[in-house]
Parts: sequence; C-alpha cells; structure tokens
Amino acid sequence: MTKKSYIQAITDALDIELQEDPKTLIFGEDVGKNGGVFRTTQGLQEKYGEDRVFDTPLAESGILGLSIGLGLTGWRPLPEIQFSGFTLEGVDSIAGQMARMRFHFNGKQTSPITIRSPYGGGTHTAEMHSDNFENFFVGVPGLRVVMPSNPYDAKGLLISSIENNDPVLYLENLKLYRSMKDDIPDEKYSVPLDQANVVQEGNDVTLVAYGAQVQEAQKAAEELAKDNISAEVIDLRTVSPIDTQTIFKSIEKTHHVVVVQEAQKMAGVGAQVASAIAEEAIMSLDAPIGRVAAPNSVYPFALAEEAWIPRKDEIVAKAKEIINY
Amino acid sequence: MAKKSIVDFEKIKQELSDLPTPIQVIDQNAKVVNKEAFDSFSDDQLVEFMEKMVWERALHEQTMNFSRQGRMGFYAPTAGEEASEMGTVMAMKDQDFLLPAYRDIPQLIQHGATVTEAFWWSRGHVKGNEFKARSLMPQIIIGAAYLETAGVALGLKKNGEDAIAFSYTGDGGTSQGDSYEGMNFAGAFQAPALFIVQDNNYAISVPREKQTAAKTLTLKAAAAGIPAVQVDGMDILACYSVAKAAREYILAGNGPVMIETLTDRYGAHSSAGDDPSRYRSKEAQQPWLDRDPLIRMRKILTDKGLWSEDHEEELTKKYKDSFKDALKEADAVEPEKVSDMLKRTFEVPTPEMQVEIAKFEEKESK
Repeated sequence: MTKKSYIQAITDALDIELQEDPKTLIFGEDVGKNGGVFRTTQGLQEKYGEDRVFDTPLAESGILGLSIGLGLTGWRPLPEIQFSGFTLEGVDSIAGQMARMRFHFNGKQTSPITIRSPYGGGTHTAEMHSDNFENFFVGVPGLRVVMPSNPYDAKGLLISSIENNDPVLYLENLKLYRSMKDDIPDEKYSVPLDQANVVQEGNDVTLVAYGAQVQEAQKAAEELAKDNISAEVIDLRTVSPIDTQTIFKSIEKTHHVVVVQEAQKMAGVGAQVASAIAEEAIMSLDAPIGRVAAPNSVYPFALAEEAWIPRKDEIVAKAKEIINY
Repeated sequence: MAKKSIVDFEKIKQELSDLPTPIQVIDQNAKVVNKEAFDSFSDDQLVEFMEKMVWERALHEQTMNFSRQGRMGFYAPTAGEEASEMGTVMAMKDQDFLLPAYRDIPQLIQHGATVTEAFWWSRGHVKGNEFKARSLMPQIIIGAAYLETAGVALGLKKNGEDAIAFSYTGDGGTSQGDSYEGMNFAGAFQAPALFIVQDNNYAISVPREKQTAAKTLTLKAAAAGIPAVQVDGMDILACYSVAKAAREYILAGNGPVMIETLTDRYGAHSSAGDDPSRYRSKEAQQPWLDRDPLIRMRKILTDKGLWSEDHEEELTKKYKDSFKDALKEADAVEPEKVSDMLKRTFEVPTPEMQVEIAKFEEKESK
C-alpha cells in the first residue's frame, strides 16, 4: 500500500500493463520525453523505449485512426488525447470506425483500444480544455465509457479497460488528478467494468453520481446526515453501459433518487439514468426523480466555472426537495 | 509606380503547375512509349493483364444487370477503372494489407475475398465481411482510410513483417482533412504505406477541378514529405509497373509513397442511381472513352497474335456465368438475425444487451 494521487494511480496501471504485455503501446501528443502535459506517462518512455511510448504529430484524428490500424495488426494501443475537448477531432475514428469494428467483422476483428483523456472543470483551463463530452459518447454502440472518481478505482478500472478487447474511452478528471490521495495496493488489481459501486449506504435517498461529482455527493451526504437524512451514494464508474440494477436495488430501499452530473443536463448520462428508472422502476419512488447538472450552456470561461459546476449545496437542496415532496 | 513586391506569388504558383507528365508504358493508340518497361513483360503476363481487365469489366456489367433486376444492394460501378484497379492490385502480395474504399471491390476479390462475399457485402449481410483476405472491409468514410492505413503500416513495420499497406481512395477522398493527417503520420513514422488515389474525375457529381486548386493531387503528398507520382490510369502496364516499383521502394524501408492514377468513372457514382447526365456531357466524356484501357491492350495482344474477339467473348461469358453462380450462392444464405448483431457488439454482452438479446430471440423464433 502506498498513498497515491489519482494521476499516480493511472501511471501505475500503465506501467503494469506495459510491463505485462509487450503489445501495448502508448502514444499521443507530448507523452514521450515530456511524460504528458500532466506527467501521466512520466518515466514510461525511459523505461520501455521509444518503440513502445512515443510522440505523434499534433492531430487527434490521426492519433485515433492510427490506433485502429495498430489494433488491426496485433497491437494493443493506448492513445492519449491531451484534453477531452480535442476528442471531437476524432469522432469518426471513435464512433464511426473503432466502436463498430467487432460488429463489422462478426467478431473476427476487434479494436482493443483504450483512449485516455482528461476532462472536467474547476482548474481554470483555457477554452475547449474542460468540457464534459461523455454525453456524446455514451450513445455510441460498441464503446465503453469509464470515468473513475478516486485513485483506487482509477488504477483498477484502467487495468480492466486495457485488458478488455473492446474499445474504451477512459476519461480522467482533471480536478481529481492531484486533489486527492488514497492508499492503494502497489501490485496489480482490477476493478470490474460495467459495475456501479455503492460508495456509502443509506436509507432515505439515493444519490447517483460519477467522476468528480461523487465527492460532491459524498459531501452532500455528510451535510444531509446532520439533518438525520441518510443518503446512499452510488458511483457509476462505467457510464456506458450503465449498471441500472444497482440503482434499482437502491431505490427499492430509499424510494428517492437524485441523479448528479457535472456535464450539461441535456441528453446524457443523467438523462439515461432517469429514463431507465422511469421505464422500469418508477413504482419504487415516492417522489419525482431529482436531477442536478450543469446548465445547457457552452462550458464557461474560467472565471465563471465555480458557479457553473454543480456543488454539494445544490445536491443537498434537491435531496431535501424530493424527500419533502 | 507601384512598389515591387518582396515575393513573386504568381511565379510560385506557376512552379506548382510545372509538373512532369504522367507515367505511361503504352499510350491510347497502343503505341509503346516506354520500350524498356514494355519489354520486361512476358507474353503470358500481357495476356494475364488483359484477362484481369476483362474479368473486371464483366463483373461491372453483370453487377449492373443484377442491380437493374433489384438483386444487389449498394454497389459502385467500376467500368473505366480496370487498368488502375487491376494494375495496382496485381503488384500486391498476399501478406500485404488492403484498405479498400467502396469502389474497390474488384481489388478485394483479387486479394482473396470471394465474389459471393462481395455480393453479401453489397446486400449488407455480415457474411460478406468474413473474407480470408488480409483487408479491412470497404471504407465508406474515404478519408478515414488514410488514418487507418498509417496505423496498419506502422503496425506492419513494428511487427517486422515483409508487407506493406495498400490504401485506395478517389479524388474526393483527398479533400477530407484526414487524408493529410494520414499521409503526414505515415511520413513522420516512415511507415510502409502505399496511398493509391484513383482520380476518376468526379466525387459523385462534383468535378475534380472543384475539389481543390492544387494542380495535381500528388502535391498533397508532397506536403507530407511523401514522394508521389501521376500515372496514366488507363494504362495497366504503367499502373502495375509503378505500383510494383513503389512496393519495392517502400519495403526497402524508405517510407510511404502516393500514386495518383488518372482514370475515369464511366457511369454513375453508385447503383443507387445518380444520373451522370445531370453533371457531365457526352462530349466531355468522349476523350476518356477513347482512352479505354481494354482497347489499347486488345490491340497490342491482337497484333502479337495473343488475343481474338472470340476468345474475349468466351472469357466474358465464362466470367459472367461464374458471377451468376456466385449470386445463387449468395441467395442461399440465412438472413441475419438482430439477436446475432446484438451478441457481437461487445465481446461479452452487457446485462442490458442480454435482455435485448432474449427479447429478439423470442421474436425471431416465431
């Protein structure tokens, strides 16, 4: 066990996978000598050589298309897209090409690719650097979207993602990179994909969140406890596909649910969770489904983001509103 | 008096237009213009080239017939492009990786797919993608092929394989930004890729000269540091010779090459039926029909006493009969099931998908 940050946990997972599988390749902008703009790949080129960890020309579409070709010739690509706002440059490669490879070839060709990319606000980056674009990608059949909320999961989920033979978009929260540390095992372990985690048990209301909003939900739960409201906090971990069964099981007990996300409200993970509940488990509820999300605006410039990103107070208020419905 | 500019842009533009003439071995009058190259072919090889083109022309005619009968799905006509397609693909080896676009079905078949599989692909049955050829399925987003080619080529290089990637697109494909990224990546990694641009004059209805102000499409490769050459795409001997030379150059570790074949698509963009008369006059097309790749090879072989009209007719009939048999075989396939499609979306179906699979299996059992 070592106390490690979210980013160190990610580096750990990459190191283990490069060590174990000589077919794994890390590439992208600045991932080599520079070790990534956030130092996620620090020391890996030195350790595994330029054949395994290498810089590419500055072109996201190129990086992602390259991954497909490398996958087709027997390699296991781990491309890095420097900021998730830049994934838009490669949407055809992700959604149009790699995600349907298995389907195209009736399982005879696959895309064992894990795309890593940082996302999320609260760090005062320039425009196009903080966007939460998971909403786009959760609608792509054949693609998994994984969004860890803490260092332990970050390592275990990345190992599972890399070893999975389908393409995974693994989104790393920028704010969490260095803002939290956990005791995590030094050795290899995995956290299963497609399974939500009940972070904290409770009886009165279920808070469903993912990414950095899991922390906000946990803070909200502490706040609610002061008023004798016991909140259950669920971390989705994989946001496509969504583990609805864990949510349904929880609301059978709590009869109240608040779905929380940092991304804009429209047509995304929270909307999918809410509609799944409405479709299959509405009778478990005693009140409408509560939702906390960012407004449907463009991601704001740095100075407005504190107000824009959902915070624990909004979660607390929404939870109280539906409990008192 | 106007002050003289520090730079002469018109002169630079002119320099970009002063390009070598396309490579030829035989011209449209069947005159040998490169004797050394021509003499490197045996009589048997010359006959084989012609047979391949007759095969492709017959495939084109028969598939268009099937289309009119409503028995095909999406299919892109190929008449006019036989020299470009067959010439270049004959330079390919089994171990090479093919990245075809939707008009490159004849090359996919030459590389190891069956005609029956091609028909399944046309109709949208997944069995059409289970070919043994080392190839991606035909690409619809033609610019994407460039990126994937760079990746395949880098993968082959990293594997230490004695193989290269053959990528096919058209003039329209070079307008997509990904074409530059793909060539630039391949160039930066010195990856063994051969980019073949079949410049067939139209991207559906938009003519080549509206695609770009660049005088030739080879200039686009120049920006990526890739040697590129224009070839008479109606001259199968030139197409083959250049592709073969490119393959050897690439295999020797020199990095990628681009070939622009100047060819023509005689008919519509696809069997789904655009009407070429809306965007192309007969007069404008005539010079291309006069350059037909079969005419010149037919003359050369006939003069050498290696070919006759009767033989060509007989061959065409034989080929067309084989395509009819292939279609019968294609007809006999079981229809695809939605439950099977759901099963192959992920390696292991997710819990939600298992529910969907059960639902469709029940529906399909009725």
